[in-house]
Amino acid sequence: MSNKLLEIKNISAEYRTDDGVSKVLNDVTLSLGNGETLGLVGETGAGKTTTALAIMGLLPKRTGFITNGSIEFAEEGNLLEKNEEIMKAIRGHRISMIFQDPMTSLNPVIRVGEQIKESFKVHMPDLSDEDMEKKVDEILEMVGIPAARKREYPHQFSGGMKQRVVIAMALSCEPQLLIADEPTTALDVTIQAQVLHMMDNLKKKLNTSMILITHDLGIVSQNCEKVAVMYAGSIIESGTAEEIFLNEDHHPYTIGLFGSIPDLKKQTRRLSPIDGLMPDPMDLPSGCVFHPRCPKCMEICKNEVPESVSMGGEHQIKCHLFKEVE
Amino acid sequence: MKKQNNQDNNGAFKSRSQWASIWMRLKKNRMAMVGMFLLIAMILIAVFADLIADYDTLAIGQDQSIRMQGPSGDHWFGTDQFGRDVLARIIHGSRISLSMSIIAMSIAVAIGAIIGAIAGYYGGTVDNILMRIMDILLAIPPMLMSISIVAALGQSMVNLLIALAIAYIPVFARVIRSSILSIKDQEFIEAARSCGSSNKRIIFKHIVPNAIGPIIVQATLAMGATILIIASLSFMGLGVKPPEPEWGTMLYEGRDFLKQAPYLVLFPGGAITLAVISLNLLGDGLRDALDPRLRN
Amino acid sequence: MGKYIAQRLAMMVVVVFGISFIVFTIMNLTPGNAAYLILGQSASPEQVAKLEAELGLNDPFFVRYFDYIINMLQGNFGESYNTGLPVFQEIFARFPATLKLSTVAMFFAALIGIPVGVISAVRQYSFTDAVSTTMALLFASIPSFVMGLVLMLVFSLHLRWLPATGLDGIENYILPAITLSMATMATLVRMTRSTMLEVLKQDYIRTARAKGVDEKTVILKHSLRNALLPIVTVIGVDFGYLLGGTVVIESVFSINGLGTLLITGIRMKDTPTVMAAIMFVTLAYSLVNLAVDIVYAFIDPRIKSQYERG
Repeated sequence: MSNKLLEIKNISAEYRTDDGVSKVLNDVTLSLGNGETLGLVGETGAGKTTTALAIMGLLPKRTGFITNGSIEFAEEGNLLEKNEEIMKAIRGHRISMIFQDPMTSLNPVIRVGEQIKESFKVHMPDLSDEDMEKKVDEILEMVGIPAARKREYPHQFSGGMKQRVVIAMALSCEPQLLIADEPTTALDVTIQAQVLHMMDNLKKKLNTSMILITHDLGIVSQNCEKVAVMYAGSIIESGTAEEIFLNEDHHPYTIGLFGSIPDLKKQTRRLSPIDGLMPDPMDLPSGCVFHPRCPKCMEICKNEVPESVSMGGEHQIKCHLFKEVE
Repeated sequence: MKKQNNQDNNGAFKSRSQWASIWMRLKKNRMAMVGMFLLIAMILIAVFADLIADYDTLAIGQDQSIRMQGPSGDHWFGTDQFGRDVLARIIHGSRISLSMSIIAMSIAVAIGAIIGAIAGYYGGTVDNILMRIMDILLAIPPMLMSISIVAALGQSMVNLLIALAIAYIPVFARVIRSSILSIKDQEFIEAARSCGSSNKRIIFKHIVPNAIGPIIVQATLAMGATILIIASLSFMGLGVKPPEPEWGTMLYEGRDFLKQAPYLVLFPGGAITLAVISLNLLGDGLRDALDPRLRN
Repeated sequence: MGKYIAQRLAMMVVVVFGISFIVFTIMNLTPGNAAYLILGQSASPEQVAKLEAELGLNDPFFVRYFDYIINMLQGNFGESYNTGLPVFQEIFARFPATLKLSTVAMFFAALIGIPVGVISAVRQYSFTDAVSTTMALLFASIPSFVMGLVLMLVFSLHLRWLPATGLDGIENYILPAITLSMATMATLVRMTRSTMLEVLKQDYIRTARAKGVDEKTVILKHSLRNALLPIVTVIGVDFGYLLGGTVVIESVFSINGLGTLLITGIRMKDTPTVMAAIMFVTLAYSLVNLAVDIVYAFIDPRIKSQYERG
């Protein structure tokens, strides 16, 4: 696709603490077109949220460092070279983020309406107060909350309602890119579907691109055009949803990940979970980060970091098992 | 910001290794170690005070020929208006301050523990009545409480001890009650109960070891506060009576010579400050070590 | 809201009665005979017996307590054994100085302590942070009377900038108020710092930052208000310590306040004065804590709506 909105190239990041250095992102490359949804999949601790925070420029100030790479956004160029002033203008305006836990994402002592209005105050300071209030009403109605409830405080809302408020807040300035970090994990299953459906509609209406962070492959298959699978800070496989869900060849980790969800249609005797645990980011294995857990581990995997191999179309796999096909 | 290999699930029985890891964390905290070192040094000085300076001749023995001498090689901290050696008096004063605050805290902990344990363990009306009484006691600032008890019972060291202990009983009762409440309903207590353990056994085997941590922290910090109160009361002439070499009493006697002989005020004042600082440093360090989540 | 205040008020009344009972009990442990104290040691046994009957000293304990409470509610705290004047009058004359001093000290402590705590948290591990936490530790550990004497030595006796004693003009307040505010200031710095650090880690702060809100707003609007609850608690509790602390400070700076009255009362074994002074201070303390409870409801909407729903 030619109309690229976001192009992340070879990002590496680490957290430096007293206990040592955690290599949380290793050579992450991702791209996203206008209006597309990318599903970022992986276990807890794979670096999904860190990737999101890196895009937002919100890595913890004292401990989080980006050591390599670039993040190109729309016509802005490399976000990593922008100063805090420019990033502030982008945050919440052109790139928004929805955080995992709606219960704790809203400030308990500020009225819900005011929290949404704040986006307008920051990004559209020329609007009159009345116009801002009107926009708050509109956006609340859009996510299905009566405008009158803007005078209430977060504790007066249920979990699902809070997440709607958070979504309203994120979409208030009609961002070009929305990063949703497990937006439904903390919600009941029935509410999950509602919220996702609503997000999808709003996204289409506003032509927003989205990065959907999740570990739920079902959500990915229903909502995403593209998929990237993350493991220990690396993107080990990426492609279109069709390629990831339908192609024959996959990274052994992806196979394991898919194998660990039960399939109602197929008759399998048992689930095939991946043995072992995610490696400690302070002490990553040499070569391929997945090799200690990989059922198909070869000698080369222990020493050499695999290159990204194009499998045709957009499908890329980082694994020594595969050779470039022309 | 630190990654902790997160310890007990909110109060599961603290095993020996947990104490070891608390000690490890404490050792890493430089300020806490400074506090502990100072405290140990002070305790040693208090214990061996008689070997360092003779009580009868130097600390309370008056010698008009050497009165009001500034700090010198013979008398490092100078002499007071009665010709007593200030350093010797400070050394012997550490005995009074430390032992009184330790005794007062021990009484307060013992009684507070019983009250808190009964309230927390039995709950209901018992808890309500006991804790309301504690609330009322807490509504009187410790300093005023001590003053009023000393005022009523008369000025003496024993009365001062009683006053301090009473003033701090509610503090410990609360600490123990809350740590009991936080673990009372946890599964391992229910498991113990379903195994037929008696109430007494549960209290002493399971609950007390869990409450010890917060108590040590509170006691350390409260000891600093008691040293301050003892000195304050003595300074106002309501605490330890002269000629005892209590730090506050020394200030009480020295304040009239503030301009001519400021060292009579500065040295004992410094001693009190040092004692309180060391207890505060150690208390803060212990609190952080016991609950690493609080560390920032 | 009304219900909340009513409930707090009711609780305060209970606490005040509880305090009065405890103080009355303590004061009645006093050894020594009140009648002799009033009449002097040379009084005849008949005179003593007559006065004891007049004062109701022979009545059972609870009768005396209820008499005391009933009189107290009418503003009658008895007469001083020492001067024979109504205690209430004396207290009323002395209390303003004490109250002014502690209020000034509290304002001073909050005015410096809270901002320093905030800056310390925002610039955690910086040089500023190190200096302010060290100062806070020092301020919390130096006894107020030592600090008072040192300040007096430097600013009054040597530099002669400020008066050492009395409470006649504004400049008289400076040294005692600074001295008195020190410990509270230290507590506020430490408390504000640790709470702010906690709040700054919360998800809603990240949400605010993700909105593009600038750091100043993040700190002042989003964080500080959430950190205020424990800070206000400290202010309430420490006001009690300040009122207790004035006793010492008044003694250092020879201020004619409630504290000095209390100390003279104790020396003279003037029980009515001592009791009334202690009751007065604890009452003021309880009122401050009532105010704190009400302030809570304005800071945290959760407390407010808990009571609105009934």
